Amino acid sequence: MSEILAQLMLDGHKIAFEPGQTILQAALAAGVYIPHLCAHPEFEPHGSCKLCTVVVNGRNGSACTIKAMPGQDVLSDTPELNLRRRTLLQMLFAEGNHFCPGCEKSGNCQLQALAYDLEMFDPHFAQFFPAREADGTHPEAFLDFNRCIMCELCVRASRDVDGKNVFALAGRGRDTHIIVNSPSGKLGDSTFSIHDKAGQVCPVGAILPKEVGFVRPIGERLYDHDTIAEVALREDATWREGEK
Amino acid sequence: MNAPFPPRAKKRLKIATATLGGCFGCHMSLLDMDERFLERAKLVDFDRSPLTDIKHCGPCDIGLIEGAVCNAENVHVLREFRAHCRTLVAVGACAINGGLPAQRNPLDLGGLMRKVYCDRVDETAQIPDDPELPLMLDKVYPIHEIVRIDYLIPGCPPSADALWKFLTDLIEGRTPRLDYAHFRFD
Repeated sequence: MSEILAQLMLDGHKIAFEPGQTILQAALAAGVYIPHLCAHPEFEPHGSCKLCTVVVNGRNGSACTIKAMPGQDVLSDTPELNLRRRTLLQMLFAEGNHFCPGCEKSGNCQLQALAYDLEMFDPHFAQFFPAREADGTHPEAFLDFNRCIMCELCVRASRDVDGKNVFALAGRGRDTHIIVNSPSGKLGDSTFSIHDKAGQVCPVGAILPKEVGFVRPIGERLYDHDTIAEVALREDATWREGEK
Repeated sequence: MNAPFPPRAKKRLKIATATLGGCFGCHMSLLDMDERFLERAKLVDFDRSPLTDIKHCGPCDIGLIEGAVCNAENVHVLREFRAHCRTLVAVGACAINGGLPAQRNPLDLGGLMRKVYCDRVDETAQIPDDPELPLMLDKVYPIHEIVRIDYLIPGCPPSADALWKFLTDLIEGRTPRLDYAHFRFD
């Protein structure tokens, strides 16, 4: 009996994978970028942002949660899927207060970098302009809920890596928001430290380290010259090297 | 047999520009094109614009709008532009998503006006109510929530190079696109 090769088709190209990898992991390892936001190599996949949605043998699914299997025919970089990804980004931009020119994270922000990559010219939808609070009580970090996209990376990092359970999601639907595990509900009264994994992992400007603001000026930042695809492939290669 | 279409003679285009609730930064970027602006000016005429001081917009090919919609006068200007411009372009962050002026949106407008005009040591402190002053809107709106927009140029402000590329594409009849380096939100 001949052995079944661990290969799948991605956008018409044959790529090899290691058994156990998800489609997203296999694609990144093969040097093909699939847009994603809530997925992070160090955490269990979450499958909530839906940006990595691909078509696998005719069915839609999240590339970050579907295991790579032989015989899969995966479509990712198609006009239809990129249009839907752009719409998802537009919804994220419209439902928060994402004012890039006034944000310290600008240029290092994954949400913004994805919008650049997918050529999102405008939020398209009517802006919600929600009244959200900011929390400056912590000496090392500033918490600005205006920019939160509920990806739960800080929740996962604090729970799974730091073992602190500082963050959690509360509420439902458009009232969903991040809450802080402390008697006052303020970050300053929690056990959070900026050196925690949770302090490093925010893809947007919701958890900002204090006192570094514009040390690296706008125009010289991560995504100012490199696209998110280039950065993600580079970071994934570094991470896989570290795993070995 | 398949002879290409003969090129059409270049027609002079008419451009109008306006700032609503904005800082004129996008217009400064327009001037930042330097000598290229003069080269462009050979191909276009300016209608209503801060550069010409014409007060009302006539029929135009391209309208450029900077700034967000903050008050009743902004709505009038924007509708006048939409009625007269064949192609209307939102320029800069404020026009596209409300930008800096929209930072007042989560706050109560009355409380804000009282804070600015009444909470001060001044006997005549009151909210200005001259009938010539346009009324504030409840919220600040991106311009696409008031009228239909054809194109958008992101940036705060868009760089002179981005404006140049975009307007050149538009004037020469191509679908405008920006390369990665000039597609900026900040």
